[in-house]
This record gives sequence, structure tokens and C-alpha cells, in this order.
Amino acid sequence: MSDTGIIPATFTGNRGLAIEEKLIFEQDSPGCCGVDLPEPDAVADRLGGLQRTGDLGLPSLAEPEVVRHFVRLSQKNYAIDTGFYPLGSCTMKYNPRLNEKLARLAGFADLHPLQPRSTVQGALELIETLSHWLQVLTGMPAFAMSPAAGAQGELCGIMCIRAALEDRGDPRRRVLVPGSAHGTNPATAAACGYEVEQIPSNPRGRIDSTVLKAKLGDDVAAIMLTNPNTCGLFEDEIIDIAAAVHDAGAFLYCDGANFNAIVGRVRPADLGIDVMQLNLHKTFSTPHGGGGPGSGPVALVKDLAPYAPLPLVVNGADGFRLIEHAVAEGEGAKTIGRLRGFHGQIGVFVRALAYMMSLGSDGLRQAADDAVLAANYLLVRLQDTLTLPYPGPCMHEVLFDDGFLHDTGVTTLDFSKALIDEGFHPTTIYFPLDVHGAMLTEPTETESKASLDQFIATVKALAARAKSGDAEFFTDAPRRAPRRRLDETKAARHPVLRWRRDHDDPGDVEGAAGG
Amino acid sequence: MSDIKYAEDHEWIRLDGDTGTIGISVYAQEQLGDVVYVELPKIGQKVGRGDQLAVVESVKAASEVFAPVSGEVVEINADLVAKPEIINEDAEGLGWFARIKVSGAAELDGLMDKAAYADYVKGPD
Amino acid sequence: MRYLPLAGADRSDMLDAIGVKSIEDLFADVPVAARIDKPFDLPPHSGEIEVERALAAMAAKNVSAGTVPCFLGAGAHRHHIPAAVDHLVQRGEFLTSYTPYQPEISQGTLQFLYEFQTQVALITAMDVANASMYDGASATAEAVMMARRITGRDKVVVSAGLHPHYRDCVTSFAQFIGVKIVAPPPNPAPQFEGAVELATLLDEATACVVVQNPDVFGRLQDFTPLARHCHDIGALLVVAVSEVISLGCVRPPGEMDADIVVAEGQSLGNPMNFGGPYVGLFASRDEFVRQMPGRISGETTDIEGRRGWVLTLATREQHIRRQKATSNICTNSGLCALAFTIHLALLGSVGFERLARINHHRAVKCADALAGVPGCDVITEHFFNEFTVKLSKPATDVADDLADKGVLGGVPVSRLYPEVEGFENLLLVAASETNSDADITALVQALGDVL
Repeated sequence: MSDTGIIPATFTGNRGLAIEEKLIFEQDSPGCCGVDLPEPDAVADRLGGLQRTGDLGLPSLAEPEVVRHFVRLSQKNYAIDTGFYPLGSCTMKYNPRLNEKLARLAGFADLHPLQPRSTVQGALELIETLSHWLQVLTGMPAFAMSPAAGAQGELCGIMCIRAALEDRGDPRRRVLVPGSAHGTNPATAAACGYEVEQIPSNPRGRIDSTVLKAKLGDDVAAIMLTNPNTCGLFEDEIIDIAAAVHDAGAFLYCDGANFNAIVGRVRPADLGIDVMQLNLHKTFSTPHGGGGPGSGPVALVKDLAPYAPLPLVVNGADGFRLIEHAVAEGEGAKTIGRLRGFHGQIGVFVRALAYMMSLGSDGLRQAADDAVLAANYLLVRLQDTLTLPYPGPCMHEVLFDDGFLHDTGVTTLDFSKALIDEGFHPTTIYFPLDVHGAMLTEPTETESKASLDQFIATVKALAARAKSGDAEFFTDAPRRAPRRRLDETKAARHPVLRWRRDHDDPGDVEGAAGG
Repeated sequence: MSDIKYAEDHEWIRLDGDTGTIGISVYAQEQLGDVVYVELPKIGQKVGRGDQLAVVESVKAASEVFAPVSGEVVEINADLVAKPEIINEDAEGLGWFARIKVSGAAELDGLMDKAAYADYVKGPD
Repeated sequence: MRYLPLAGADRSDMLDAIGVKSIEDLFADVPVAARIDKPFDLPPHSGEIEVERALAAMAAKNVSAGTVPCFLGAGAHRHHIPAAVDHLVQRGEFLTSYTPYQPEISQGTLQFLYEFQTQVALITAMDVANASMYDGASATAEAVMMARRITGRDKVVVSAGLHPHYRDCVTSFAQFIGVKIVAPPPNPAPQFEGAVELATLLDEATACVVVQNPDVFGRLQDFTPLARHCHDIGALLVVAVSEVISLGCVRPPGEMDADIVVAEGQSLGNPMNFGGPYVGLFASRDEFVRQMPGRISGETTDIEGRRGWVLTLATREQHIRRQKATSNICTNSGLCALAFTIHLALLGSVGFERLARINHHRAVKCADALAGVPGCDVITEHFFNEFTVKLSKPATDVADDLADKGVLGGVPVSRLYPEVEGFENLLLVAASETNSDADITALVQALGDVL
């Protein structure tokens, strides 16, 4: 396989530390096993004739091979631990290792969810303590702790709204969602049986409150607003919007994915918000893990609290207990039911609480301040290089568009791929949908000034190169990543979604070594 | 080939007797990019004007294809399922989606001819 | 504040560069009425020592399952996790990356997800699988929504053998979208006779039947005839598996002609974590792949012809399809899926099959031993690693008394079904490779004392 430029190809296809790694299925070494297990004594089985027959088809590997395989795979990933990861709306901040250590304490990790309650008082205390911190930080009176991720938190919130409205005998029909919203918002509303109506942004990058108010009516159940919004801006009319929404008998759902910008400075309760999910893996720095697990506790106003999903943690005179089932009256009588198997993302809770305790009330506020400071620093230093669809100040992230690339033959995607070669993770691109060629940039509070300055210098150099007419530099990028651009069209036209024994590595088609 | 008509949602229809052949315009496939998947209607399915007739997907977008006129589906272009790229290669020819027996021929009057559609897609951005 | 790299001079330099006097100026868009200028009523920042002390104190108030004989199951199971698993999932490149939106620098995640999908497809004997869901229960609810989309029908038949938490998730997800759920009452009879009853509930409005194997009482069943009934009438068969280790020695749902298989994957690579995070498995037939929820990694090539992987079929998903998406799921259980993948890679076919047989063996041995305890009847005939016993006393009291004696003896069935009369004396007992002979002896002795 030929390499780019003047570097000759290697025999193996490896490039020094960048080692090509086959699938585990292609490394089958029959007779090996990575776990030593005793052969069980022969007993009369009680499987009732339902024994599995035939080979499972899983490969056999010894432990060193497995470890090496996954270490090599890890080396093909960019991560926060690797470098600057300004993926807007995702809050890729440093994930403290203390949190990992504490989540692994046997007193949390090695607990069965259905142990007798006398044996899990500390775990229930953990849930209650985290809930207390979240209540103080948001000013909201109740939290549903079980949702598994932000999107499930949204589902929980809109279900609570629908249940409350149905209790009123007025389920309503529509949910209003800004065009700039995360896709989870309209998907969630639809999953609760609502029609979704889109609200445009105004020229200031906020929701158009005139259109919003005109659309409010007695069939609107809720509006789902992200604040700070997905353009990185604070919805400055929110108190007025909340009043209008409440006057119309509807609820204000706030997508709290961007709460990290305002922690310690603004309490959502003071903005008139009725429901809001918090993404613990964003604001409270639990690791994203390549796409989860997350955790999405949901803040509820008093009127919606009775609808919270099961189970509920109750702190009584005789200690903590769980309400796991709907009951005829009292707590849990009006619940929307269960959204997941057990009590919540406890392993994530430990990490989030450890983070919150580490920063404390002063540090959480300082973190929000630093995140906002860093984003505005990027905004100001890059506003004459890139183009801003909306003027600042911004909150925790700054939105650029592709105006600066006009007539260069370079797209937002190409520009991002060039950033990869420079050793950065690209920004979020093409989101929000209603901003052309969007580059949503979130530096977070855990970058040093030197790191920000290096990013700024790199972006300026790349922009100058794009404007100089060297489009090919960008359209060919990345050249130095573990893979160059991948054919997404081919992947979608003829999906190959699993390995099969008779399926060859397409990289080996030309008989080249490695790959 | 002169009787092709276009809808505002970028479908085209060509009438032959009372059978209309429907697809998406060259402009529409350009906007979509590489088509990777189509979901075709069932033969015998009745559609009203503006009803969803099919779905066409690229890697990053999914669009509904609406019936430009009312009718009943009599034939579908099954070749598209295995080779959706035909839509990119020949959107207004081999890339047709379905044939319908047109029940509302008068509805064709509301559609654009080739020149009008060319103006429509060129129009103010 | 060890996590914040900006030093005092940096902050003022940056404010100067921005051209504002203070950080407050950057919050100018926040309505004055909503600004909080005093510290919140929470403790100030702390060092590692203080935080560790506080959380370790909470952890110490719990009885961790590894310190006592533990026979709890019912949807969460204690298994040994090889040391390599936890080491590898803590590599920063896995731990601190996100959803692989930029495939050129995310091949590690995309490749292991493809391996995960393949493993899930193989052990369930299905065509394809997605890159994970939150857990088995929510995956079951998603499977029902998928069956509804595929069939265009709104009636769902839920087996009495389905874990009630799974059933409750289906009910919650379905409650506002016009889905009608038919669920016969649970019955812990020695053998599951429900397949016959379920078939009588099918009609042409039925989208799917949801069953579990082994079911919530531990019983095993061949659902092949039920699959035939489903298909004859145009409905789908959804099979849930709450103990994934069972697939190492029990006939898989794919061989029973299931259309969608969902499972709780916690048992491989993941600690019990008091209920989460877990990892939901989701597999289906090829023909339904475009109706699946969640992320999917697919094979392709780069411009140099080298094999690589990308997230694919994304038009199903919320970030593209918005209100028409197959699900609202975004973040799933990536790191838990990685732990699952590594554990199963270490096991391989031979290890996985043997691990399953050891589990079965321990459970058979435990059942035989309990059968000799006066006041304890083992009522499940065919099972994998979990079975139901009927006690001479209420099981909740017995479980509490056993806990006082340092044995986590089982899950009282009434904890799962408080509304059902007659279940008070039933206890679910699960065993695994982590239970030694001494554990079984301890359980038998303690139970004998308590009864």
C-alpha cells in the first residue's frame, strides 16, 4: 500500500507506532483462551433439552493477544487525554481520575440493585446527596434520578408534562421546538405522541419570541428550549417567554445539555423553567466513554414532581428506602412508570458527586466562568479570521459559520479534516442545522491559555491557507490520521455491519500486506 | 419527453395515457448528494396529491418523495433498491421511482413545465 | 482547584484581550433578576483526601456483594470480571473520547463497536446488532416500538414470564402513543405453559409478542412454535434475555426464529453498580435493520483502499430524522459495550461455553442442596442459573434475616410483584461461577436456621 508524499510504504502497512490491527475474529487461535476456568463436574443438566449446539463462532485468544489488540485499537482514538477536543455541545472537559477510583469502590460497584435495604443505605444516601447538590444548583425542588442519559431525561420530562396535562383532562397536541434544537428534542416529543412544530431563530440567534408567542395556544403542551442555546447564546428573553408559556397553560422544558455555562451563577428555577434534564457526562465531567454511559437526572417543578419515574428514593425516620412500584395513593401514585431496569446510573453518580465535591460551590462557579471566558477568548481572537453568524458575548461555546470559506473551494468538513492533521479534534460541524456550515466550538474550562493560543494560531494559519487558494490541502485531508477519508456512501449503500467468516478484508483486495 | 412536469417539492411526472411515471429532479438529487437508499411504495397503494410516495436517503439526509398527483401505484422501479446510485446518474430517466394510474389528471395543471421549474430552482436563494 | 489550568494572570490577560473589565460582563445577557452573586449553600472545593474520605464513608455503609455469599439475580448478576477488562476500559483513549463523529481519528471505537455487534449477533444467532442501548429493559421497550413501526400494528402481547421491570418499561414507553398492551398474569408454575396461552392472544392487530428466556422465574422454554404462530399472523417475536451468560449453553433466540432479540449485557465485563450503568444488546434480522434504533458501525474503505469503519445508516437517527427518527437515543453505553467486548474476547467460544456450564452447574448444585432444607421447595424444573423456591415463611423476612446472618440469599418475588397475592413466600435464587461450595453451604445453613 502506497503512502502519501515522499515516505515509502512499509512492508507491514504499519507506520511506526501506528500499527494496523485486524479484527479479533481474524486472530482466532484455536486452543487458546484468555480466561482459565475449571471444567465443571459432570451433573445431570436441567436445561430441559434446550442445550446450545454447534460452535458459537467466537475467536479464541490468549490474554496477551487480547490486551495488545485493545491497546492498539485505543491508539487509533483521539481523546480528551490526547489533546484539545472542542466538540461543541458535547462538553469534552477533563475527566478526573479520582472519580474513576471512587466509582470502583466495592461499596458502590459491587452492589446488587435488589439487596435488602439495610445493606445499601450508603448507596441510597449517595443518590440523595447528589440530588441535593443538583437541587441547590438549579433551585428546583425535585429530581428524577433514574434516566440513563440526556435523551432519556428528555423523554422523562416530556412524559411528566403529558401525564400532568392528561390529569388535567387536557393532553394537548403540539410541542414547539426551535430549529436550532438538538435532534433528541423533536424525536422525544414525537415519542410522547406530540406533533412537533419548529420555531425559527431571530437575527440575534435566539428563538423568535414573536413567532413563538403567535404559535402558543390551548393545544400546545410544551416548548423545548435549550439554554444556553445551541448557538452558544443565552436566551435573554427566557423569563418573558416562560410567562407567556405559562399563561397559555403549557410547560417550559429546558434542555439542560449546556448547564455547564451557568452553574453557580444562574439557577434555572429563577428563569421560570418547569423541567430540565442535566447531562452528568457533560456538566459534571463523567467520562463520555466513546458514546456513553451518560446519565440524565431531571429537575421537576412542584406540579410535575408527582409524575417522576420509578424508583423513588425516600429518606424516612428509619433510613432510606426505595419506592419501586406505583401505589394507589401517596408518593408514587401518579408516576409515569419505569424507564429502565433499575435505580439509575449509580456508577456515573459517584463520579459526578466526586467531581462536584472536588470543585465545591466556589469551584463549580469558577469552572463555568472559565468555560465562558475561554469561549469568548476564542470568539474575539478568531472573529476576524472566521465568520460569526451572531455577535458575542457568547456563553460556553462559540458558533462560527463558513462565510470565511466563501469561494475558496473549501468546506467546513474539509477545514475540520485539516485540523485533524494538526493534532486537534475538530469542532462540532453542520450543527445547529439552521446555520450554514456551522462550526460549534466549545473549549471548556480545562484548557490552558497556551492550549487555546495554539489552537487560535493553527486556525488562523489554516484560514490563510484556504484563502490563498490551496483547496487541495484541505480536500485531501486528513493525511496523517490512522485512516484517511472513509467512504460513507459505500458503507450506507451496501451495509456490512458484522464480520462473517467468508467476508474478506476489503483492504486486502489488492494483495497488499497489512491493512 | 416534452410533457414532463415538476412539483415544488422537486418531483417530476411524465404522463403516458393515464399512467404517470414519477421521480425526483436532477436538481433534487444534486442537493441530496449520493443516494444510498430508497423506500418504494407498494403496488396497489393509493396516494393523494401531496401524500408520501417514497423516501430517498443520502448519507446525511432523508427526504420524502410526495405524489405530485393522485392515483394508484401500478409499478415500482425495483432496480433502485440494489442500485440507488441510478438516481444520481439518471434522475429523470432510469432513476424513476414508481408509475401510478393517475386519477386526478386535472392536478397536472398545477405543476410546472421544464422552463418554469428551471426558473423556480434558480430563483432567489 | 486542580482541574482548572487557567492561572490568575491568564484570566486577566484574556479579559483584556476580550475587551471587558470583568467576567460579569460576559454574563450580560442573563436577566439581572436571575443572577446569583452569592455563593451557593454547598461546601467549598476539596482535595482528593477529603473527597475520598467522604465517599468512602458512604461506600462503607453498604454490604458489597463480594464480601458475603451472594445469590441475587433477577436482571443483575454477579460475575467475575477479568483484571484485563478494567485496565483496558480505563485507557484514556477509550474513556475520554466521544461518539465517533470523526471516523479518521475514532477507528478504535468504531472497530470495537463492529466487534461488539458481531459478538452480539453470534451469541444471539441473529443477523445484525446495533452498537448498544442503555440496558435490557429499555431495549425491550425500544424493540416493541420497532415492531410497531415494522408491522403498522398497535397491539402488543407481553408474556407473564417477562421481568416486570422490562414489562413496566414497555408500558411506560407505550402509554402516550396508542399502544394496547395485553399481559396475562404471572404464574411461577414449574414449567412455563404460557406459550400456548400467548398464541391464543394473537390476532391481526398484534405487532409483536414479547417473551423472556430464561424467564423471570428462571424457567427455560422453546419458543419456536410461538414464533411460527406469530409469523403466521404477521406479528413479530421479540425475545428478551436478562442473563446473557445463558447464551453460552442455552439454545439462542435466533435459532427459535425470533425477529428481534434484546438482552441485558451487564453480566459480561460490567459490575452490578447497584443498577447502572449497564449495556443493552439489540439484535434483529437483516430485513429490519433500517428500523433499528441506536448507533451502528459499518465497514468501508478509506481513499487509499484501507479497511475502516464509520457510523452508518444514520438517517434512522434523531440528529438527522428528528421527529421521524426510530428512537430518541443518542449517547448509549459505549464504555460498557467495550467491557463486554473485551470480556467476551478473553473468553472466546470455549471460555464462554464453559463459563455458562459452570453457572448452570453451580445453580443445579445449589438447587439440589436447597431441596434438602426443610421448608424450602425448589419449584423450577428447567433453568439456567436461577430458579424459584417456595419457602414456609414470607421471603422478604427471610431475605432480611439472611442478610443479618451475612448471606444475600435471593430476591423475594414479592419485591418484583408486590401486587400479586400468593407470591409472598417465593424467593428467586441465582448462582454463578463466583459461588463456591462454601457459599452454598453457608446459604443452606443460614436458610435452615431462619426457616
